[in-house]
Amino acid sequence: MAQQMNSDTLTLADLRPEQQGEIVKIETEDGVFKRRMQSLGVVAGTPVTLDRSAPLGDPRIYSLMGYSLGLRNAEAQQIRIRVK
Amino acid sequence: MKSPVTVALVGNPNAGSTSLFNALTGAQSAVANYQRVTTSLNVREITHGGVPLRIVDVPGIFSTSSQSPEEKVGCDYIHGEEPDIIVNVLDAGHLDRSLFLTTQLIETGLPRITVLNMMDEVRRAGIRIDTALLASALGSPVVETCALKKEGIDALLDAVAAMASTTPAAAPLRLHYDSHLEAAIERVQQHLSKLHPQELSPVRSRWLAIKMLEGDDEVLRHESNHVELVEEIKGEQSALAHEHDEDTASLLASARFAFSNGLLREVRQQESDPTAGFKLTRILDDFFLNRTLGLPLLLGILWVMFEATFSLGAIPTDWIKAGVQLATDLVDKTLPEGMFHDLVVNGVMAGVGGTIVFLPNIVILFFFMAILSGTGYLARASFLMDRVMHHFGLHGTTLIPMVAGFGCNVPAVMATRVITNKRARLIAMLIAPFMNCSARLPVFILFAGAFFADMAGTVVFAMYMLSLVAAMVSAVLLNRIIPGSGGDAFVMELPPYRLPTLHSVLHHMWDSAQGFVAKVTGVILVGSIVIWFLQEFPRDITYSQDFETVIAEQTALPDSPEKETALKTLKSAQAQEKLEKSYLGRSAIAVTPLFQPLGFSWRDSAAIMTGFVAKEVVVATYAVIYAQEKGSDQLTETLRGAMPPATAIAFMIFTLLYAPCLSTIAIIGKEAQSWRWAGFSVAYSLTFAWLLALAASRIGGTFL
Repeated sequence: MAQQMNSDTLTLADLRPEQQGEIVKIETEDGVFKRRMQSLGVVAGTPVTLDRSAPLGDPRIYSLMGYSLGLRNAEAQQIRIRVK
Repeated sequence: MKSPVTVALVGNPNAGSTSLFNALTGAQSAVANYQRVTTSLNVREITHGGVPLRIVDVPGIFSTSSQSPEEKVGCDYIHGEEPDIIVNVLDAGHLDRSLFLTTQLIETGLPRITVLNMMDEVRRAGIRIDTALLASALGSPVVETCALKKEGIDALLDAVAAMASTTPAAAPLRLHYDSHLEAAIERVQQHLSKLHPQELSPVRSRWLAIKMLEGDDEVLRHESNHVELVEEIKGEQSALAHEHDEDTASLLASARFAFSNGLLREVRQQESDPTAGFKLTRILDDFFLNRTLGLPLLLGILWVMFEATFSLGAIPTDWIKAGVQLATDLVDKTLPEGMFHDLVVNGVMAGVGGTIVFLPNIVILFFFMAILSGTGYLARASFLMDRVMHHFGLHGTTLIPMVAGFGCNVPAVMATRVITNKRARLIAMLIAPFMNCSARLPVFILFAGAFFADMAGTVVFAMYMLSLVAAMVSAVLLNRIIPGSGGDAFVMELPPYRLPTLHSVLHHMWDSAQGFVAKVTGVILVGSIVIWFLQEFPRDITYSQDFETVIAEQTALPDSPEKETALKTLKSAQAQEKLEKSYLGRSAIAVTPLFQPLGFSWRDSAAIMTGFVAKEVVVATYAVIYAQEKGSDQLTETLRGAMPPATAIAFMIFTLLYAPCLSTIAIIGKEAQSWRWAGFSVAYSLTFAWLLALAASRIGGTFL
C-alpha cells in the first residue's frame, strides 16, 4: 500500500477518518509551537484519530487523550504519525 | 503561613477556574464554555474558618513553560509570585491532558490541593476515580467539585484552611525521570547551587534545572549572565539529543505523560461505555459541524438571533414607551411653562426616554450571546469560520473577540489577547470597532423600524453581517498596509457542549441591563442636557424675518382653516431657523458639506458628531432635536418623513462603521501601547464609513 511505502513521511494531515494513528514526532524549528503541542498531549506514543473536517477540509478536529483538538492542516503536517 | 494566605487557582483553559473563583468568593466574573475567557488575574479576599485568604484566579495555562503570550500572565504569576497554596483545578473529564500541568506544579514544591472539577460529567459518563489513591500519588489532598452547581466548595475551603495552618512537608513528592535525564538534572543543579550558594532549596534548584533543560526562555534569560551555565545546559541538551534521538523538552514531556498515564490506569475505572458521556456532543456536532450544513446553520442561527432581538424586543418596548409617554405627559402638565420645563420635557425626557426603550432589545441580544458562548457553540463557529477568515488574513479564534464585539467593543479589543502573533493581534484590534456593538443597536432598531418595518429584523441582521464583511475587507487592507508577516497556528480545543446554568444566563442579561441603564442615566442624561442647551442657545438670534410680528398679524385674522395652516407653517419655520442658528445647528451646518454627498442633513451631522462620545447618543440627539423642533414625541414617524430610505441606509452604514466611541479609542491606545494606532483607527474608520455610505446612497438611490 502507498501509505506503508511512505510511512516515514506520514503526517497527521494524512490521517483518514477510519484510521488509528499514533504520534511519532513533532518536526518543527518553532520551539513555542512544539512545547504548546506537547503540553496538549501531542507526544510520541499518543493514539490519535481524525474526528471531522471543517466545510472546506481545513481545519480538522482530532481526537486524542479523550478530548477534541482543532488544528489547521499546515500545522498537522508538522506532526509525524504512524498508522496502525 | 503569612496572613492573608495567598491561594492561586491554576488550571488548563476552560477547566472552570473562574467558575470556582466565583463560587469561592461570591464574585461574578465572566465565564463561558470556550478557552481563555479570563485574560488577567482576578483577586478577592475572603475569610474561612477564621483564616484570611487571598484567592487569585490565574488565567488558564496548559504548561508553565510554553511561553506563548496568551499563557504569559499565568506563567509569570507562578514563576514570580510564588503563592502560598496552589489549587490545581482539573477538568475531571480531561485528566489525561490536564495532569501534564500537575506534574509541573509538583516540581515547584509549593503546597498544592488538587481539585477534580466537573465531576458531574464524569459520573454521568460512568467513570469512577479513586480519589484516595490519586491523593497519595500526587502528594496533595484531592477535592471533588462541580463549581457551577457550587458543589464541594465548603470541602475545598476546609482543605485550604487546614493546609494554611500546617507546615508544609519537608520533602515533597518528586517525579523520577530516566537515569540520563536525572544525571543531567543533578549536574545542572550542582552548578546552580555553586552560583547561588545558600539561596536555593534543593526543590527550587531541581525545579530551575528542569526548567532550563526544558528550554524555558524566561528562566534562561534570568541566568543569561552566567555564560558557563548556559553553555553547560546546551552541552547537556545535545548529549541527551544524541543519546535519545529526541530533544530534551520532548523527553521531559514524554516522561510527564508516562507518569500521568500510569497513574490514571491505577485510579480511574471505566464502568460503562467510555463514549457514552459525550455522546450528545458527537450527535450535536454531526449536525452543527456538518460539512454542508455547518455554515448555513451558523448564518441561520445568527439571523434568528437578530430577528428575535428585534421582534421579541418590540413587545416590552411598547410597554416602556407607554410608561415614558405617561411620565412625559405628567411632567409636561405639572411643570410651569418656561425654560426649565423645556429642558426637562424636550431635553431630559426626550433623550433618556428615547433611549431607554431599547433596553429589552439589548437584554435579548445578551441572552443569545450568553447561550452561544455558554453552550460551546462559539468555539465551533470559530472552527467553521477559520478557513474563510484565514483567507482574509485573519485567524479563526479572532471570531471570538469579533462576536464579543457584538456586545461591546471594549472587551472585544481586550479579548484580542488570545491572539499570539503581535501583528495579527494589532489587526484584530483595529477591526474590532467595526463589530456592531449593542450601543449601535438602538440606531438600527429605530431606523429599520421607521423605514423598513416589514423586514426590520432582516435589516438589523444585514447590518451585523455588513459589520463582519467590513471587518474582513479591512483585514485584507491592513494586512497590506502594516509591515511584517506571519499569523498564528490554529490550535483550539473544542469543549463538549454544556448547558449554561440559568444563573449565569440571567447574570449575563442582568449585567447588560445594568450597564445599559447606567449609560442612559449617565452619558445619555448628560448628553441630552448638553444637546438641549446647545440647540437652545444663543437666544438672541436675528431671524430672516420678523416672525413675532407676522405671527401676531396672522393670529389677529378671523379664524379659518387657511389661518391655522399658515400659523403652523410660520411656527415651524421659526423653530427650524432657531435650531439652525443655535450652537448645535451652526456647528453641525459647518461640517455638513462633508456629508452632503451622502445626503445627510445638518440634523444627521449633529447626531453623528455627538455619537463620537457614545453611539447611543445618536438616538438621544434625534429625540431632543425633534422634540424641540416639531414638538413631536413620535420619533419613528418624524424620522420617516425626514429622509428618503436610501439616505436612511447610508446613515445606518455610516453609524455602523464610523469612528469607535471614546472608550474604545482609549482601550485601543492602551492595548496597542500606541496612540498613533488609536488615531489611525479613527481616521481609517471615518474614511471607510464615508466611502461605503456614499456607495450605499448612490446604489440605494437608484433602486429605492
